[in-house]
Order: sequence, then structure tokens, then C-alpha cells
Amino acid sequence: MNAKKSAILFAWLLLAPAVLYISIIVIYPLIDTVHLSFTNASLRKTYAYVGWLNYEKIFNETFAGVILRTFIWTFFSVLTKMVIGTCGALLLNSAVPGRALFRILTMPPWIVPMAIGIFMWGWMYNGQFGMISGLLQNWGLVDGPVAFLAYGETAFWATIITDVWIGVPMVTLYMLAAIQSVPQDLYEAAWTDGAGRFYRFRRITLPLIVPALITMSMISLISTFNSFDIIWILTQGGPSGSTTTMIIDTYKTAIGSYKYGEGAARAVLICIFLSIFSYAYFRVTSRISMESAR
Amino acid sequence: MSTSTPMINRYKWYEIIGIYCGIALFLIFVLSPFVEGFLVSLKPLSRLFSSPYRFWPEHGSFAAYSTMWESVPGFARYVFNSLFISGVATVVVLMLVVPAAYAFARFRFPGRGPLLGAFLAVNMFSGAVLIIPLFRLMRSMGVLNTYWAMIVPGVAFLIPTAIWLLRTYMLRIPKELEEAAYVDGASRLYTFRRVILPLAMPGITVVAITTFINAYSQQFIYALTFNSKTDYMPLPIGLFAYFGRQEVIWNELMAASFVGIAPAMIVIFFLQRHLVSGLTAGAVK
Repeated sequence: MNAKKSAILFAWLLLAPAVLYISIIVIYPLIDTVHLSFTNASLRKTYAYVGWLNYEKIFNETFAGVILRTFIWTFFSVLTKMVIGTCGALLLNSAVPGRALFRILTMPPWIVPMAIGIFMWGWMYNGQFGMISGLLQNWGLVDGPVAFLAYGETAFWATIITDVWIGVPMVTLYMLAAIQSVPQDLYEAAWTDGAGRFYRFRRITLPLIVPALITMSMISLISTFNSFDIIWILTQGGPSGSTTTMIIDTYKTAIGSYKYGEGAARAVLICIFLSIFSYAYFRVTSRISMESAR
Repeated sequence: MSTSTPMINRYKWYEIIGIYCGIALFLIFVLSPFVEGFLVSLKPLSRLFSSPYRFWPEHGSFAAYSTMWESVPGFARYVFNSLFISGVATVVVLMLVVPAAYAFARFRFPGRGPLLGAFLAVNMFSGAVLIIPLFRLMRSMGVLNTYWAMIVPGVAFLIPTAIWLLRTYMLRIPKELEEAAYVDGASRLYTFRRVILPLAMPGITVVAITTFINAYSQQFIYALTFNSKTDYMPLPIGLFAYFGRQEVIWNELMAASFVGIAPAMIVIFFLQRHLVSGLTAGAVK
């Protein structure tokens, strides 16, 4: 055995445990999901193949509504995260006293157990005694108490805001890192030529952080599309289905009603959407890295 | 001029006011749930449920912090479970990831690029997507309602970020050190254990901290679905059961939440420099 071959063998030995682990815990379940989606599996020990029945069942009007709702929910959440996060990054990048402390103060929503942050929002949205309703009343903006999670429209936006809150720190710190990696001498050269602050931002910062903006949007897109904890804790998909996204619907069907087959068909659909997003993400990032290599 | 702020970074007075106002708005959004949660934990229950709404607590006290131990009987156990699950998950992740990251950082082998891509793609399926087969898998492994039902699936979704982070760190270790070891006749395994591992220790520490924090903050869905024993519940699930009741004792729930997030808060303040680099590098995929 020559040296090159033994190096390859050694590399595979190092990789084997992780590859095996992922195969059992991720790859096998993925295949099993597809397999189950063609069956009527439930709590019973045995199950039969039902062909495309589960897929035919989900392509009815309610589920089309769920898909549309998921996309609207995801779109507004990602958009708001990116806008607030990028603005936050620009603010934290400015050379003012105290910025090191401000950066630390950005992190808590990301670091603390997600569920606990969501409990706090649950109280803030409380109609009778919560802070948001209370302050709005004190300022005379609303007449009576507003129970945000009790009405479809407000619950929809309330869950989006909480999702934004959890996602913003990551976007902020990532975009801050991107802004700080812009070469300082570009700014100095532009400044020497008399370019103002806004002009420098528009012509130097913005074009150079576009790749990071796209990358972060795609990462946010995938995690937001998968978002479960927030909706489950705040509304469990209610009231009357107004916050039921695809992932919540899948969970309710599979774990709540024990319809594993129908749940699996929904999960397959989610996987297809996620694969499309990821494919787009890899295409975009590889194009960006090719362009920057030129 | 050389000692003071460079001219380019100087702001006019109204710009400084604008920046601080912007930062204030931003931080109000990020921190208000914590501020409100903390104030609620100080308010007596009768004051909490009174109109009109008052932001500052009157007759505020830390009473809820002592009464909560009786209202949430399993509280200490939940915190222990959370720390235990995250701790074991971190150890398992490190055992899998340290060799794998070294292989990705140092060896050229067929299929390296696609395999790394496949590892990163695992993150796509975190959460509820694979819940049905995972449930069946946990059941057939006979680990439902044990710690393992929460640790095993959790680990899989902590691996991608950890591999990426550690690989990036290991790429920075100079190759000459290993080459020197090989020249001296050291085997690959010996070089890995005696040359690379000690040099990679700072990187491994960052990965361990990041993994632990992620494991601690994301305990929910697997614990909700794969475990129904109160004795094994991590903090978020233990408090969720309490949160779902008809009459929520909010001040105690908030007090319990604050005690529960204390470990994370302490970590932020002591390790924030490592954390920022670790967490943001993990995001660059």
C-alpha cells in the first residue's frame, strides 16, 4: 500500500464515526419518510401501501392554504429579520463609545433557551395584563385590551415578530462581521476624494456586503421555513388554523393524530421545498465565490 | 491627529444623536422581553393582574424567586436535566467531530467536497421534518422516555456547525508541523493525537462552548415528542407544562425562567469574544 492510499484510508477512518451517525439519524429517516408517505402507517403494528393516496389527500384546498400561509409567514419574517439585522449591524459598526457593550447586549435572544424567550413573549402578548396591550391602552392608542394571540390576524403577525426577535441577533452579528471585513483603505481613498458618508455606504459598503446579505437570507429562509417552537408554544397553530404552517400541520397530523403516513407525505413536500431552497443557495454562493475569484 | 479618532470616523453632533437613538430602538426591541419578564418576576401576583397596566413594579419583591421552588417542584431537576443533556450531547459531538474535521482540513480524498456539502445540508432537516421516522427509530431502539431519546437526535443537528467551525480552525495550523513529525517517523494516528490535538485545543474549546450553548438553547421538539417522563424533562419542557395551565402564575414562571437562563447569561459575559467568532463563523456555510 503506497502512502497516498494509506492517507485516504486514514481520512475515511477519521470520518467513519460521523458519517455512520448521520447515516442512521438523518439519511435513514429521510428514506423512511419517503417510504412511509406511500403507506397508511399509524399506531398499529402493521401497515399497507396506499400508492399516491396520501398525496392526493393533501392536495386539497386546506393544504394549499397552509402552503401559501407558510410562504407568506416565512417571507415577512425573513425580510424583517434582514432589514432589522442589517440596520442593527450598521449602527453597531459606527465608531461611538459603548459599542462593545451594545454588541454583547444584542446576543441574549440567540443564546438563552429559545422556549424561555418565547414564554416571555407569551406574557407580552397577553390581552388583559400584557405589556404591549397595556402600553397601547395607557397611550390611548387602543380602547380596550387586545389579546394578540386570540385573533387570527394578530396571532399571525405576533408569531412573525417573535420569530424575527429570535433571528435578529444572528443576522446582526453576521452582517457586522461582513461590514467589518470591507477593506478600510477603500473608505479612506473615497474620503480623500471627498465622498460623503452616505455616498461611501452606497458605493463601497453596500456592493461589498451583497454576498453576505444573500447568504444570510438563504440561511434564514431555511431555518424560518422549519420554525416550530415559536408557533407551537404561542398558539399551537391556532386560533382556528391561522398560524398553522406546513411544519405545524405535519406535526399535528403525525404526532397529534398518529397519521404517520399522511404526516410523512407532508414532510416529503417540506423536504422538496427545502431542497429547492438549498439548491438555489448553493448555486448563488458558488456564483458569488466564482465572481470574487476572478 | 494620530492619537485621537481619525477624521474619517468623526461624526457631527446630530449624527451621534441619530446613531444612539437608532441603537436605543434596536436594543429596546431585543431586550424588552427580558426587562418586562424580570419586572414581572418582581411583581406580586395581585398587582400583576390589575388594570391599568403599570410598567414599574409597586411593592416589588423577590418573593417569587423563593416560592417558585414549591410551585414548580421539579425545577432543580429540570435545570439539571438540561445541563446534563447538553453536556452529554457536547461530548458525543466532539468525539465525532474532532476526527472528521481533521480529515476535512488535511486530507485530499475523492468525494471530499460533496461529503462536506452533505454534512452542511444536514442542518436543513433539523426540527420537525424527520419527526415521524425518528420517533419510530427511537421506539425500535427502545430509548423512548430516556435521556438518550433527547440526546441522540439533537447531536445529529449539532454536528454540521461544529465540523465547519473546527475545520476552519484546523486549516490554520501550519502543515510543516505534521510533516516534521512524519519525517521523525511518527505514525498518522500518533501525529493526530500528539501534534494536532494539543494545537487545536483552543479551537476545540470554542467548538465545545458553541455546541453546548446551541444544545442548551434548542431543547424543545425532541424532548416534547420523545419523552413523557417528568423526571427526564429539560427546563423548557418542564416550564412549558407549567405555562400551558389555565391559571399561569406568571411572576413565578418568569422567576423560574430567569434562574434557568442564568447559566447562559453568565457564559455570554465571560466568553463573549469567543462566542461571537464561534457563532458567526458557524453561520458562514
